[in-house]
Amino acid sequence: MDLDIGSEDRAFREEVRAFVGRNLPSDTREKMRRGLKLTKDDVIGWHRILHANGWGAPGWPVEYGGPDWTPTQRHIFEEETGRSHCPRLMPFGLKMVGPVIQAFGSDAQKAQHLPKIASAEIQWCQGYSEPGSGSDLASLKTRAVRNGDNYVVNGQKTWTTAAHWADWIFCLVRTDDTVKKQEGISFLLIDMTSPGITVKPIITMEGGHEVNEVFFDDVVVPVSNRVGAENKGWTIAKFLLGHERTSIAEIGRSKAQLEKLTEIAAAEQKNGAPLLDDPRFREKIARAEIDLMALEMTLLRIVSAESAGGVPGPEASLLKIRATELQQELGELLMEAIGYYSHPDTPEALEFGWNEPSVGPDYAASLSPVYFNLRKTSIYGGSNEVQRGIISKMVLGF
Amino acid sequence: MPFALTEEQKLLQESADRFVERDYGFDVRTRLAGSETGWGAENWARFAELGWLGVPFPEAAGGHGGGPVEAGLIAEALGKGLAVEPYLWTVVLGGGLLARAGRTDLLEELIAGKLQLATGFAEPQGRYALNDVATTAEGSSGDRSISGRKAVVFNAPSADLLIVPARTAGARTDTRGITLFLLPADADGVELRPYSTMDDSRAAEVTLSGVRAGGDAVLGEIDDGMALLEPAIDDATAVLCCEAAGVMQALVSQTQDYIKNRKQFGVPLSSFQVLQHRMAEMFIHKEQTQSMAYMAVVRAAAGDGRAASRAASAAKAYASEKGKLVGQDAIQMHGGMGMTKEMPISSFFKRITMIGSLFGDADHHLDRFAGMGAGAA
Repeated sequence: MDLDIGSEDRAFREEVRAFVGRNLPSDTREKMRRGLKLTKDDVIGWHRILHANGWGAPGWPVEYGGPDWTPTQRHIFEEETGRSHCPRLMPFGLKMVGPVIQAFGSDAQKAQHLPKIASAEIQWCQGYSEPGSGSDLASLKTRAVRNGDNYVVNGQKTWTTAAHWADWIFCLVRTDDTVKKQEGISFLLIDMTSPGITVKPIITMEGGHEVNEVFFDDVVVPVSNRVGAENKGWTIAKFLLGHERTSIAEIGRSKAQLEKLTEIAAAEQKNGAPLLDDPRFREKIARAEIDLMALEMTLLRIVSAESAGGVPGPEASLLKIRATELQQELGELLMEAIGYYSHPDTPEALEFGWNEPSVGPDYAASLSPVYFNLRKTSIYGGSNEVQRGIISKMVLGF
Repeated sequence: MPFALTEEQKLLQESADRFVERDYGFDVRTRLAGSETGWGAENWARFAELGWLGVPFPEAAGGHGGGPVEAGLIAEALGKGLAVEPYLWTVVLGGGLLARAGRTDLLEELIAGKLQLATGFAEPQGRYALNDVATTAEGSSGDRSISGRKAVVFNAPSADLLIVPARTAGARTDTRGITLFLLPADADGVELRPYSTMDDSRAAEVTLSGVRAGGDAVLGEIDDGMALLEPAIDDATAVLCCEAAGVMQALVSQTQDYIKNRKQFGVPLSSFQVLQHRMAEMFIHKEQTQSMAYMAVVRAAAGDGRAASRAASAAKAYASEKGKLVGQDAIQMHGGMGMTKEMPISSFFKRITMIGSLFGDADHHLDRFAGMGAGAA
């Protein structure tokens, strides 16, 4: 047993690092580093740069236009890009509907959608949660009624991240309400330009717009847009739960945040000395670093098992819980580091190109909004309570 | 009997609670927070009418002869409604300093609701240390010129007068050598950069460039401003802990209501033991914060400096830490709804978060408490 990734993987890491260094647009890097607002063009622009290098679909096999990387390479790519301030690629096409179409889709669906996901030509969003169906996802009520070659869809989805950027939405819909709730769900691909779809923004507590409500009013969807068999959508939902979840660990991004925390703590003063020299604060940074280490080593064990042919199971829940807690912990320390300058609310300072002098230190404006925003991480993607439930059922057998 | 309220205190508490329940709904609060000044002038007039502005001051100054306990009861009620009026800044801290300096002339104006105050107790480099004062007051008594920067001065945009600690002697972090000056907010050389804060208060960066101060601008003794500032901040810290207790009560009761009514898997969320236990922890944190806050205002009222300081720091260290836990759990249990700006719970969460670092965060007060040595509080 050793901790060395081997010379080939080391060379791959150098390759990714060099590519990012040469190709990540400097304004995008700056926005990411300083926590400023990203535009849709920033995110998609970076995806297209990767695509031009054959890296547009990092987790995909070569037959669908992916680079056919090993689990270790995928991990290295995630870590390097996260650590060097690359925007997070939108996961809804690449990590969700793409793999679903590959596993369950028809040839026509594969031909229509996969190349455009890999090239970032088409953006996707995820229609899962509903106002009455959060943790209890299977209770969803959005209905799709068969009418000849079409379904007619009515209902509402909510917390739909990036629906305002998306061209298509994949949805879980109810196609049979006479059976057990998990057995009457189907998986549909819906064009967002279809008549009858309305997107309404939800503003989160820090003032950001990431999530939306999506309303369906007699939306006509061709039956050919259903993935898998009718009423077998729950199988697909479960498939997604375990798929490509290792990237959820966000090791690279947390390393970048830890570096930022250390820099800020060195710049901030406490009693005339750097905050970084304060034993109490230094200990908190150390604790976060150790938490990060524990997460990274656990991730590497999972990646290693995956490389040996194992399929990741409920370990994804472990990663989700600890990774989101770590992100929140780092966000909390960053806010704590800046003392009173966590108070001013200056959203204008989060716009790139805003040239006025900042109210406090130039790194301060984004830190409280980020702290508030990060509370979402333990709620979304299956709340951490749901994840603990999965571990207790699937691992511990309770 | 410990913690028993007098008849007068009971009446005050009831009247404050009633005001918040009847007249301070979340829609009212949202409207006021978004208004030009960020708070309600009509409410301020009402506070004056109800006597709340005079509650903590001596009768000789037109006050009601109460103190930090009475101010704490009002702050607790205002916390439950997340009131945006600058009671803490004008009455508790600013008024507290005026009272300690014997400025009854100005207190009368304050009690009548005609005076707004802001105190520049923080500087950009100083974090939470009151003695870290780089602002200088140069010249001789009777004619001084004040220059420096004050960070995040709450209520400065509405203030008529600014209370500014400036260095008249000693090195930057010396406790001795700080003098408090009372300056008109519109004096020459005073520049404000106003903004809203994360919890919908208003504040400003204040830059002082050669502001002239005569002898009558001095509050308290020359070079001994800390003798006023430190106990006044301790009092305000104790009162702020009462507000924190009020905010935490609202966080707990709103979360309790939410999980009782929100159904998943065919049952109310409140039927899950994991949430019941978290709710029980939140309840304990809220109760103990309230206990600590009451202890702190009682010690403050007794006016024994060291005991009051220890109690204020103990209460604040406790309230900052537990307030964070209660706030975070309240959001978590509200799920996605808790993340929205629209839902009141997120505003309560932001307020308890910002209270966490006001007058010093948990670490600051742990250091201070530990530094004061052992001994019965």
